Amino acid sequence: MSDEFEPRIIAFCCQYCSYSAADMAGSMRLQYPTNVEIVLIPCTGRFDVILALKAFESGADGVYVAGCLEGNCHFVDGNIRAKKRVAYLANELKKIGIEPERIAMYNLSASMGPRFAEIVTEFTDNIKALGPSPVKKKLAA
Amino acid sequence: MIIAERKPIDEIKSFIEGQKKVLVVGCRGCVTVCNAGGTKEVEILASLLRLDAQKEGHDVTVDEHTLERQCDPEYIDELVEFVDKKYDAILSMACSVGPQFLSRRYPKENIFPALNTNFIGGALAHGIWAEHCQACGNCIIHKFGGMCPVTRCSKSLMNGPCGGSAGGVCEISKEVECIWHLIATKFMEEGKLEQFAPIQPIKDWSSSRDGGPRKIVREELVK
Amino acid sequence: MTREIKTESRLEKVLASGKFAATGELGPPRSADKHEVIEKVKHLLGNVDSVNITDNQTAVVRMSSLAAGLLAQQQGLEVNMQMVCRDRNRIAIESDIMGAYALGIKNLLTLSGDHQKFGDHPQAKNVFDIDSIHLIQTIKMMRDDGKLLSGQEIPPEGRPKIFIGAAFNPFADPEDYRVHRVAKKVAAGVDFLQSQCIYDMDRFRRFMKKAVDMGLTEKAYFMAGVTPLKNIGMAKYMKNFVPGITVPDECVNRIKGVPKDKQADEGLKMACEQIEEFKQMEGVAGVHLMLIEWEHMVPTIVKMANLIPRPTFS
Repeated sequence: MSDEFEPRIIAFCCQYCSYSAADMAGSMRLQYPTNVEIVLIPCTGRFDVILALKAFESGADGVYVAGCLEGNCHFVDGNIRAKKRVAYLANELKKIGIEPERIAMYNLSASMGPRFAEIVTEFTDNIKALGPSPVKKKLAA
Repeated sequence: MIIAERKPIDEIKSFIEGQKKVLVVGCRGCVTVCNAGGTKEVEILASLLRLDAQKEGHDVTVDEHTLERQCDPEYIDELVEFVDKKYDAILSMACSVGPQFLSRRYPKENIFPALNTNFIGGALAHGIWAEHCQACGNCIIHKFGGMCPVTRCSKSLMNGPCGGSAGGVCEISKEVECIWHLIATKFMEEGKLEQFAPIQPIKDWSSSRDGGPRKIVREELVK
Repeated sequence: MTREIKTESRLEKVLASGKFAATGELGPPRSADKHEVIEKVKHLLGNVDSVNITDNQTAVVRMSSLAAGLLAQQQGLEVNMQMVCRDRNRIAIESDIMGAYALGIKNLLTLSGDHQKFGDHPQAKNVFDIDSIHLIQTIKMMRDDGKLLSGQEIPPEGRPKIFIGAAFNPFADPEDYRVHRVAKKVAAGVDFLQSQCIYDMDRFRRFMKKAVDMGLTEKAYFMAGVTPLKNIGMAKYMKNFVPGITVPDECVNRIKGVPKDKQADEGLKMACEQIEEFKQMEGVAGVHLMLIEWEHMVPTIVKMANLIPRPTFS
């Protein structure tokens, strides 16, 4: 096992956009890190802070939510609601001393396969830079 | 309903500092409806507390349970099976009635309020609540076009609006509507000024909190 | 215009005699220093008929209006003690009314009071047991019926013969309702009314026309509030930040139109023009000069506006 930190990242992906974009990225044979585990949700409006909290409790180093471009949600404003929940959680995490950057919101469409790969890479790099989740660090010690 | 909101996490953390076993107790009454202390909020608070403890390397157990209501003794009794498990601290996520009832029923337990109880109000929209009643014990809203000046006027004026009413908002903040502006406008629009002209009498506050803590006994209901 | 005299107030005598009355204002110090009160009195003595002593105005803590009022009366000034409902319940109110009268206060100005939220003690608990209209009723009941709100009798020799004042603000909203609120104050038994600072003359004229038409000016004395603009900064502040005061653009422009060192003179000139109009305006019985932290200009303005000498009574 290499010494380099390989974060565990959970992505909550909307079935109408980012989940399909992931398929496209696959069929385009785009390269991106393997750290992200995808959870399919019917709309990012289904995302709830407790889902992310449970992920962190279970040892995730980072969590992101990927929904449709603003204005294009199939359920009108599910992605806007998700954005507010992500912002709320980031703030709560900050208050208990966990870096708020460990939670993020992204927007893309089903046709944006390359953007999907880019997001995975970008978020993985961000989390690598932050290091392991402070929760996990102590658990291991 | 009673509108409440969760206390800042730092304050809640200070309640349970050094404790190993914590129980978070929710309430399925008002605070569930106003998203402050129902099952979901219990889950979130418990999770945040666990994450915080893990981060610090503390071995802390945070359990969760939500009661039907925390303002009725029969539901409070249900908590006995949890209390038997010996918690170092119990955080009540009900309005302030909850932790008081819990404290009385379980006097040896270390019980804390996890919410701040704010007011009696309603939801103007999802996520927005506003105060509408001050429980003065003698409702007179019918005299004011269905609006309560006791609660919704910053000065509880019976004969407003005062000289600080400008552009429909209160002198205390542009975010606060002047209820007297709405009352007066309604009466003027309906041509009912004469009905409104008599001076509203001095209010008897003895039915309010000013008369001391209140209690109602309904003999036909008492066993 | 002669009316029945109800009290020993000098202000009432002036108003009842039909002479154009003038009142001033004195803000007590934010300390226990009586010299500050005595200093301010010097500018007002002989220049106005009576002086309002503010009661913790804008909810900023100051020497009590009763104490500062007594200090001022010791200097020979007649005061008009302001009383707000924010800080006292009916028990303290009735008690203070009796105490104030016993100590020689002849005029009381009834107010709801600025909310403490924008004062220096925003953490305070307010009272608002009764409102300003109830306060008028309370004083009238004590004076004329010899009764406390509880129904408790006050013996004839112990009834507070207070000349009852109130504020009115034609510039607050809703505009069409304002005169009806004043009508309530008149119905409650107020003797005289002083307005908020007037800049919007059109709106004031409209208001007074309605008050005259409704017969209100026959039942109470209406006094017009004047606060000269010191400079452009004050004009803009009054326009934008004081709830319930309207300052028309032409007022702001007039002050802005003169060099900085002439702005105060222009403000005084404007105020004098207003006073001249009030002297002629139907239903206006006098002016209330509010020279906020500018008391030393009172002698100047009363001279410019030909308000002195003030009437004397033997």
